[in-house]
Amino acid sequence: MSNDVSQAPPRSAVHHLLGHPIDLAGHIDAHGPLVVAMGHHDSWQRALAASLESSGLTGRGGGGFPSAAKLAMARAHGHVGTLVVNAMEGEPASDKDKVLLSRAPHLVLDGAQFLAAMCRARRIVVCIPVGRDGIAAAVEHAMRERSAARYTRVSELVLRPPDRFVAGEESALVSWIDDQRALPVFRPDKGTPLRIGKRPVLLHNAETLAHIALIARHGPEGFLARGLVEEPGTSLVTLSGAVAQPGVVEVDRGTPLWEIARRATPVEPAQALLVGGYGGNWVGPEHFDTPYASISLRTIGASAGVGVIAVLGERSCGVAETAHIARYLAGQSAGQCGPCVFGLPAIADDLALLARGQADRGLMARLTRRLGEVNGRGACRHPDGAVSLVRSALAVFGPDVAAHNRGEPCAHWRTPSSLPFPRSMAR
Amino acid sequence: MTTVRISIDPVACEAYGYCAELVPEAIVLDEWGYPMVDGAPLPADLVALARRAVRDCPKRAITLTKKSAR
Amino acid sequence: MNSTVFWYVTRASGIVALVLLTATMVLGLTTTARARARNWPGFAHQELHRRISMMSMVFLAIHILTSILDTYVHIGWAAILVPFTSSYSRFWVGMGTVAVDLMAAVFVSSLLRPRMKPGTWRGIHWLAYGCWPVALAHTFGLGTDSGEPWVIALGVGCILAVGGALLWRVRVTTRRAEGLSVASESTPVGRHLVTSSAKGARREQ
Repeated sequence: MSNDVSQAPPRSAVHHLLGHPIDLAGHIDAHGPLVVAMGHHDSWQRALAASLESSGLTGRGGGGFPSAAKLAMARAHGHVGTLVVNAMEGEPASDKDKVLLSRAPHLVLDGAQFLAAMCRARRIVVCIPVGRDGIAAAVEHAMRERSAARYTRVSELVLRPPDRFVAGEESALVSWIDDQRALPVFRPDKGTPLRIGKRPVLLHNAETLAHIALIARHGPEGFLARGLVEEPGTSLVTLSGAVAQPGVVEVDRGTPLWEIARRATPVEPAQALLVGGYGGNWVGPEHFDTPYASISLRTIGASAGVGVIAVLGERSCGVAETAHIARYLAGQSAGQCGPCVFGLPAIADDLALLARGQADRGLMARLTRRLGEVNGRGACRHPDGAVSLVRSALAVFGPDVAAHNRGEPCAHWRTPSSLPFPRSMAR
Repeated sequence: MTTVRISIDPVACEAYGYCAELVPEAIVLDEWGYPMVDGAPLPADLVALARRAVRDCPKRAITLTKKSAR
Repeated sequence: MNSTVFWYVTRASGIVALVLLTATMVLGLTTTARARARNWPGFAHQELHRRISMMSMVFLAIHILTSILDTYVHIGWAAILVPFTSSYSRFWVGMGTVAVDLMAAVFVSSLLRPRMKPGTWRGIHWLAYGCWPVALAHTFGLGTDSGEPWVIALGVGCILAVGGALLWRVRVTTRRAEGLSVASESTPVGRHLVTSSAKGARREQ
């Protein structure tokens, strides 16, 4: 926040991520230059730390960790070497980070600059997977605009890790930057920071940084004015499934789930919503009015996850869709931990049999046992997400599951999946 | 009182199963041969066997964590 | 001390050390996950490997000490660790020294194992693959007893034992790798809900 009021742009009344100018000139017009926002003294850092604290911003990459606390922990560990912008978005059903980077790259990069200055990072690295060359080009273009205008303090560059689901997991991503192995690291003590070489790393999801950029310039008031008192602000959500207008929308936290889903124009009555991503949870119609906020979702055993809401129409089979997702998740294992490498395909096998109506007598007991045994026994949360999804399917599609188990699968199990999956599933 | 707990590094573990042979009261193998622990404190009479399991694991995947409770 | 006593002890302890080293190699090669006899626990296999390697080092120490204290031929203390510095049978004694160096590296690395990266430890441990043939060459190259039929038979036995264990290990490892890749193979998601073939993954009961 600038100390010179005459130079500061008018405080933006509404906090929003989408709808800003894409180019640098427009961005500066709307939000003011970075240097002004940072000012000549470091008092802006105390102000930003306080703003982040009072805004209650939490991470938008799936972890939901309070951003102010994360920053404080990073500063306590000393000189952060690299600030990593996690734009990997390995979740097939999620597009929010792609959209954000294409439409508001300067917001994301500014957020990174603010944090980098606060923990004295030497460089900012934006990680975009191989295969998304359009997004990478857009970000690199923005970076060239910024360096040409001498707009930045900390150097910025784009890196292209492999396009795999687990490559976006934070320890895997940092591990890749460090020694090219995109594999999650076993971290029993989450308090110790991730490192590249000897230096600790601060890693944030792209959307979180965009929120930080706005809060840094305009204060927390805009953020606090949206959403709920207990959970303020906005979130980007990707809508997909049995809808006419899939895409990314920005919503106030606390908006009821069905109200969000309606924005994509569902084409048929919905039997369930998939909330949080493929490692998230199914939610049944009786909970469609649940507010989209961590505190409310937790009471029904769900979480906001990576900002995905997919509509499962009544002309689909919940069991079959869950089997498809489980097969996908099994194929995306990093291949390091036995329970995940063997357990997830076994669970996917059981679900495939169930979906086809070919369950043997011991299947449900076996599946339940396997879910309990696989949960929590990997180095990362990948198997946990799969377990959570399958357990929610067994609960939400209860009657359907029972029918399939009896050998009477519903009519729709052969219907092609309405959920997005990458074309090539190769490891 | 110090509590000793078994911790398994799932990345390093390659299902040799020696730990389950030595301390079957605390470690059970799943259907694929990988160890499952419940995270509870080890009874004092099993600690010596657990240390042996730590030494014998070819992949050094099992460790003991100690915490002193006040 | 009578030189002849040293002479006998050094030869005997050398042979024993070689046999124990061979046993260590065989036990090390046959340490693999899951493939093990019903009544012999895997941890016992591992502990035996360690103890026999310690025993072989004890006999090796006796062999080295007596060979240096024996004044009939001059070997010199430096030859314990520095290869090819002995004036007696420079090459073959030097081979023995090389074997000692490699074994010392393996031993020290195991002591320092908690402090090194697993890959580093493993790489050093594989020096053992160099150590054993060099020790074998030293034994037969020096020629003292290598003409004796029983010594030849012993040597052949050692080669067969290690060779057999090596072949077995290679076979088990390739089979396990195939099993793993089959289990984690991703089948295309689509209209067909295919069951993956996880046959290689099942633990042998």
